[in-house]
Amino acid sequence: MEILDFVMTNLDLLGKLTLEHIALVGVAVGLATLTGVPIGIAITQNERVATVVLYVASILITIPSIALFGIMIPILSTIGHGIGYLPAVIAVLLYSQLPIIRNTYTAIHNVSPGLREAARGIGMTSGQRLQKVEIPLSVPLIMAGVRTAVVMNIGVMAIAAYIGAGGLGVLISRGISQSDPRQLVVGAIAVSLLAIIADRSLLLLQRKLTPRGL
Amino acid sequence: MITLDNLTKIFDTDRGVVSAADHINMEVPQGEICVLLGPSGCGKTTTLKMVNRIITPTSGRVLINGKDTSEQDTVSLRRSIGYVIQQIGLFPNMTIEENISIVPKLIGWDKSRYLKRASELLEMVAMDPAIFLKRYPNELSGGQQQRIGVIRALAADPPVMLMDEPFGAIDPINREVIQDEFLKLHRELKKTVMFVSHDIDEAVKMADRIAIFKEGKLIQYDTPDDILSHPINDFVKGFVGRDRALKRLQLVTVAEVLETESSVVTAEDSLATALQRMTDAGYERAIIVVDGDGRPVGYVSRSVATTTKGNCGQHSYNLRTLVRPEDDLRTVASKMFTHDATWLPCVSEHGKLMGVVTQRGITHHLGATYKSSHAKEQNLQHARVAP
Ligand SMILES: Nc1ncnc2c1ncn2[C@@H]1O[C@H](COP(=O)(O)OP(=O)(O)O)[C@@H](O)[C@H]1O
Ligand SMILES: [Mg+2]
Repeated sequence: MEILDFVMTNLDLLGKLTLEHIALVGVAVGLATLTGVPIGIAITQNERVATVVLYVASILITIPSIALFGIMIPILSTIGHGIGYLPAVIAVLLYSQLPIIRNTYTAIHNVSPGLREAARGIGMTSGQRLQKVEIPLSVPLIMAGVRTAVVMNIGVMAIAAYIGAGGLGVLISRGISQSDPRQLVVGAIAVSLLAIIADRSLLLLQRKLTPRGL
Repeated sequence: MITLDNLTKIFDTDRGVVSAADHINMEVPQGEICVLLGPSGCGKTTTLKMVNRIITPTSGRVLINGKDTSEQDTVSLRRSIGYVIQQIGLFPNMTIEENISIVPKLIGWDKSRYLKRASELLEMVAMDPAIFLKRYPNELSGGQQQRIGVIRALAADPPVMLMDEPFGAIDPINREVIQDEFLKLHRELKKTVMFVSHDIDEAVKMADRIAIFKEGKLIQYDTPDDILSHPINDFVKGFVGRDRALKRLQLVTVAEVLETESSVVTAEDSLATALQRMTDAGYERAIIVVDGDGRPVGYVSRSVATTTKGNCGQHSYNLRTLVRPEDDLRTVASKMFTHDATWLPCVSEHGKLMGVVTQRGITHHLGATYKSSHAKEQNLQHARVAP
């Protein structure tokens, strides 16, 4: 009851924090997609490079977010952004690399040899093969990588409240520091709901983007 | 015309150096189907893929209509060569129409032209464009997909086609149908075709010439009949099989061994007349009974005609099976065994009697071609030793 009261009286705040959260994750994963997909495609050209890149990306993901923020504070302070929006976006950008690069790489790599050969034998250039065959066939798996990144980083972004990035994590950190279970619970539930809703909507988008016939 | 000139491919592998193709010299004449045949790993695919430069030769040249392919731009070279593979390779994200139109689009045909072409090609393989153009490959059966694979390769009307075991993954019944369809298309379009197979029956059926490979070397390059009647060594002999005489039957049609049956009787003729005609024409066993339109309806045997009185209609036996002039002798021989017959009547499209094909005639024909090519060889040897 108390919790419901809190929600009803703080709808404005809740809405604002949710939008902030979505914007943070959206921008970061968006940027990660723009970088990760080309990297994933590029490393299909060389197995050794691929192994190294995927290794680095999987190391990155094991760094606890608090530690990553800690590392970035002194570095980004030199340009006056030690805390706040920028380190939060960078952290999520880095964490998103692994699922996006790995899924892109796997998808392109797994295009069947028969299709590859048909495309080559028919006289498509490597650019045309990518654009007309390999990327369209990889869409479902690439989108699955983006989804994983989004869901995972909705959680990570909740912690970014500690470095002043805003978002729904604000409720959680305040709940803890003010020993206010209402804020804590509402913040936690909101983050979870957001993750579930984001996952479902991205699944719909994934189905929409998947070429018919697959 | 495709010319392979000392074409060689050496692979450096972990297990050492593999000569996948070793100084291959051959020529596929304009408009012919050449089948590259041999056991798995003998270098057929490697040889084929050097023609469209999917594999770069270690040495030697490939010429298409006299032009060295290594001097052409690889991408446009490939667009001028139809390519069909066993895995079919239809793009699952594209409709049938889009799949067929790929090459025409790449080389810049305008839309109305390539759309018209796609419909036209579907009709050529008896698939209704209204049904299939907008479908996706996963909505087609394996046989239908392979037909699309073939017509996609034909879309931009390339003079040369490369086919790597194109019908290998299709069930035997559909394979026969699709082979026949392809031969029919080929008779119309007259492409120069290089076709890889490991199946001697397929090779005999499809090929104008067969190239037999062993461990990267071209062992024998000849017409199917010459390969079957004169295998150059034990390897070829073993590969074509001990029933090679029977396989040769596939290459001959009924029309070539047809004996015209000038003497016949009608149902109203008496058995005495039948006997007289058999004696005059020298038929040992029987005479065919025809109706007013010259269609065979039965036969009267000599023994019945000798011992019985009456007319032919009352004393004739039914004909168990008929053949057509375009049937091959293998089919005919099989029918003869099935029906325990030494001869079978052959009828025209309209059911009119054209003649008979006899076991003796078949044996004689095979023997005669053996002899004639044997004699040719002896003459040649003769000519060589003569001053
Ligand atoms: N890319 C490759 N690398 C190494 N060896 C190969 C390669 N492709 C083919 N070979 C070898 O070359 C030989 C001929 O292969 P291939 O032309 O595919 O035979 P076929 O099509 O007659 O079955 C085989 O011994 C095969 O192992
Ligand atoms: Mg092969």
